[in-house]
Amino acid sequence: MAGVSRLQYTTETRLIRVMCSGRVDMAFILRAFSNGMDGVFIGGCRLNECNYITHGNYDALSMVHLCRKIMEHIGLNPERLRVEFMSSGEGILFTEVINDFGKKVKELGPLGKGEGVDENELKSKLEAVTKLIPYIKLVERERLRVPVKSEEAYNKFFTSDEVNRLFNELIVDKLAISQIMLLLREKPLSTGEISEILGLNQSEVSRHMNSSSRQGLVRYDETRKCFALA
Amino acid sequence: MEYCPVVYPDQYNQEISKNKAVHIYFSQAVPLVTYIDESCLYLKEKKCTICLGVCKNDAIDFSQEAEKIEIKVGAIILSPGLEPFDPKVSDEYGYGKMENVVTSMDYERLLCATGPFEGEILRASDKKHPHKIAWIQCVGSRRVTPGNNSYCSAVCCTYTQKQVILTKDHDAEAECTIFHNDIRSYGKDFELYYQRAENLPGVRFIRSYVSIGKEIPETKNVTLRYATAEDGVKEEEFDMVVLSVGLNPPAEVEELADKFGIELNSHGFCKAIPSNPMETTRPGIFVSGAFQGPMDIPESVFTASGAGSLCGQTLDYRRGKLSKERIYPPERDVSKEEPRIGVFVCHCGANIGRVVDVPSTVEYALTLPNVVYAQEQLFSCATNSAKEITDLAKEKGLNRVVIGACSPRTLEPLFRDTLREAGINQYYCDMANIREHCSWVHSKEKEEATEKAQDTIRMSVARACHLEPLQEIDLPVNKTALVVGGGIAGMTCALSIANQGHEVCLVEKDTDLGGMARRIHYTLEGVDVQAYLGDVIRKVYQHPLIHVYTDATITEATGYIGNFVTRVKSERGVTEIKHGAAILAIGAEEYKPTEYLYGEDDRVLTQLELEDQIARGEERLINSQSLVMIQCVGCRNEDRNYCSRVCCSQAIKNALKLKEINPEMDIYILFRDMRTYGLMEDYYREASNKDVKFIHYEPDDKPQVEAVEEEGRPVLRVTATDPILGKRLAIDADYLTLSAAVIPPAGNREISQLFKVSLGPDDFFKEAHVKLRPVDFAADGVFLCGTAHYPKHIPEAINQAYGAAGRALTLLSHDIVTVSGSVCEVNESECVSCGACISACTYGAIEFHDTRQGKKARVNPIICKGDGLCNVKCPTGAISLKHFTDEEILSQIDAAVPEEEIIQQMDAAVGDV
Repeated sequence: MAGVSRLQYTTETRLIRVMCSGRVDMAFILRAFSNGMDGVFIGGCRLNECNYITHGNYDALSMVHLCRKIMEHIGLNPERLRVEFMSSGEGILFTEVINDFGKKVKELGPLGKGEGVDENELKSKLEAVTKLIPYIKLVERERLRVPVKSEEAYNKFFTSDEVNRLFNELIVDKLAISQIMLLLREKPLSTGEISEILGLNQSEVSRHMNSSSRQGLVRYDETRKCFALA
Repeated sequence: MEYCPVVYPDQYNQEISKNKAVHIYFSQAVPLVTYIDESCLYLKEKKCTICLGVCKNDAIDFSQEAEKIEIKVGAIILSPGLEPFDPKVSDEYGYGKMENVVTSMDYERLLCATGPFEGEILRASDKKHPHKIAWIQCVGSRRVTPGNNSYCSAVCCTYTQKQVILTKDHDAEAECTIFHNDIRSYGKDFELYYQRAENLPGVRFIRSYVSIGKEIPETKNVTLRYATAEDGVKEEEFDMVVLSVGLNPPAEVEELADKFGIELNSHGFCKAIPSNPMETTRPGIFVSGAFQGPMDIPESVFTASGAGSLCGQTLDYRRGKLSKERIYPPERDVSKEEPRIGVFVCHCGANIGRVVDVPSTVEYALTLPNVVYAQEQLFSCATNSAKEITDLAKEKGLNRVVIGACSPRTLEPLFRDTLREAGINQYYCDMANIREHCSWVHSKEKEEATEKAQDTIRMSVARACHLEPLQEIDLPVNKTALVVGGGIAGMTCALSIANQGHEVCLVEKDTDLGGMARRIHYTLEGVDVQAYLGDVIRKVYQHPLIHVYTDATITEATGYIGNFVTRVKSERGVTEIKHGAAILAIGAEEYKPTEYLYGEDDRVLTQLELEDQIARGEERLINSQSLVMIQCVGCRNEDRNYCSRVCCSQAIKNALKLKEINPEMDIYILFRDMRTYGLMEDYYREASNKDVKFIHYEPDDKPQVEAVEEEGRPVLRVTATDPILGKRLAIDADYLTLSAAVIPPAGNREISQLFKVSLGPDDFFKEAHVKLRPVDFAADGVFLCGTAHYPKHIPEAINQAYGAAGRALTLLSHDIVTVSGSVCEVNESECVSCGACISACTYGAIEFHDTRQGKKARVNPIICKGDGLCNVKCPTGAISLKHFTDEEILSQIDAAVPEEEIIQQMDAAVGDV
């Protein structure tokens, strides 16, 4: 309705049509950020007013919650990702939300620079997360399902200690390993070097290296005193 | 338009702003083209003709003259609409005299972004924003004084609430005051809407008569005089006063009636035959919309489809005689070719071209990879432009087309068709929306808008490279309809469908047909419901094409549009019904009150029970001295936050009937808002004139009821606060009648699951779109009507029943139905049988099937609705939504950034295609 009503909003937006907000894959968001987009907005139907019978907008909400956690973890401001639910008739609301989001993103500054994260480092982190998406999907399905379909329940669930614990337990470690694998793809590195690049402490890195070598993902090069991909 | 010298008041904008003789009627007009009206100097005085010289397309032809065309038709639908009430007929409103008194129609235009001040609400006197605004309800309505209408205009309460909400959107600080009589938010979801408006800060709803005081000469502010119980008479100043004007019958309605030989009722609306509000007094002429009487958009839409169905009944023997089949050239296989993209950028008259630099956008498009042709068009949707796209696609050997124009919501089918005409798969078309998403919303930022338009087209081109040819599936349509529910709505719908030559299976859970109508004996208008019902039931049983299943339960419903299979257990045993469409008309129920001694004292009845006792001539009731009715029992509360719509007029109906039988009886109606909307208002007035006493109560001060004995007479003592005196008053009644809520039917949840349709927050069925598709479900091939949708009166249920029949016929009358090619598909070699997609798809479109490699997911493309949720859930990317694949969407994301490196990436990706 914003268009038909000629309501004016900020010009920075580039729109991509999907048939359901639930169709937005985390990979799309990560790709947008790797391409240097400063913010990603997802618009869905109002919750409990699904155009289909799938209530995919709740899946979008859950994915956004999770993605924001990951963004925070890799040093991106989670405010750069936003999901809002509205009906097609709510042009005024849409305009307000987009203008507000545009303003917010501008305040945050260019992606990475605003947060003080190096561009290449950010790219590599985003790539590490992208590689992990199939696993994240499994975790989301098996362990992060919200029993009640309401916005409050979702918000509460994703800010609960239980979810934070699960997040640290199930995703953070995997993400570190994924990042390590990407580093080792470039060249073999020692535990110390890895921990320096990734900003992790040495004992954590050693733990990851031990488990990865047990799984046969990496091997230790005795002579050069460093790890390489198996 | 720019050159036309005639400047005169813009009629579309309520004459608040100016227009030219050459103009576009309004910004959403279809077609969106300019025309010349009677104010033209040439048409008036044979002068000027400037526009002739300016128009490069030679589109202006002053030699055109009005033509008379004779068309032979078999049926006529009259939908002349309505005329807003003109408050100038009476001096009391000050309209036309005080500058800052406007009608709600004027205000509607002021609110609108395409209105006279581009969405700024400005006062006529000083072009300043009004801060304190008052609305006066019932202007021209609910009054018997000459020039006014005695009826209620039915829509003003809710449109005022809408205006208040929009005003607060424009200016959060605005103070809005609504002076009203009863608030009639009787429509579906309207009660919630009312609460939303009422709870906004700075909004006051004041129940009071109000009169316009004076205009303050310096400020041009307007004073209003009103009275409240607390403060007595007050005079208050407002910056602007909005008159919520009612609805009149269409202009020159008598002439229209004469011309068509139909009768009008006393108000000047169409006189309908009692059994069908869409039939006029002349056979073959039907009526839809507000010509029936004041009504809201959903009801207008019911009647539109309904009138269509009635024409279908009349003209069924000629169905399809005038239609022609389209023949398309054979489709060329271009999947092995390199993408050759043609880009067409539309000016949309001035809609895009005024903001976006179209020529430079075309130039830009030509620099994009794989674009072999680009050009601009004035209106891409015009017939000649569409043909141009087809011709150029053939001539230039295009295999993909990008249209930079408007939203795909409206015109995508048309542009897909241009590709089909050129022998190219229609899914090779992509639309870049540079109107709704660009020129209309960035109208003042030409440079940025042009940049965005170019980006959007670049993204579209990138996507087009990845598009795949898709086949739509033609399904045969089973010609039988299943109607669930044998009440008035279900039976009316079944008859209308059967009268158009289709078999109908009518399934009723009770042992008899009739539904709730069996408990209704007469209507407010005096129709004998039992006689009418008997007649309908007889017609249903006698109809050779209708098969009735009573005592029935539906045990299973499978299938999809055009091909449903439903298992019914009934007195006939278990039957498997194959049908192409389903209509759900399972009705509603009366709430069993738990309040006001109901169930404890046999003198406490519901309205339906009262009606039954009246019809049976129950002596004790008829001879009683006094009777009290309490409205809104079991609804408009926290448990059921909706208005049951029918109870107010039901109470009036029973009160009038009792007064007719025993004029001495004292009848009191305790109400919150009397909602006798539309033409029913006259009966409310009649009841009041016959000394039925109406006492208003507030929801937080409900009446109290106790059974006591007064001077040896056992009575029900009802105490309530008198709103005028502020004192408690006690009424000793022999009978108490509760206007119990209409509640959703038992079993609607099961039915909703069986047919995969949804329920709204009140547990009534949820239609596909409240206003635009009020009898469709989002699930294809399933329709709804009657009180299962929302409480409604019998004539309204009949309107909607015909409406549902009309909608079902649009499906059943075809031999095939085409389902979208944009559905999901599984790449079996990637499928790890995790079942994530299966649990995501609540449509049940995905199932495991056994293969040599084990269980693999498989999509039934006919059931798949193309939302693509499963695509996201799949951890391995095995399942994908065609036309919105990961690859297609990622290519758009990549192309959104214009940097060189990304373009290189894109080139590489395209190389793989």
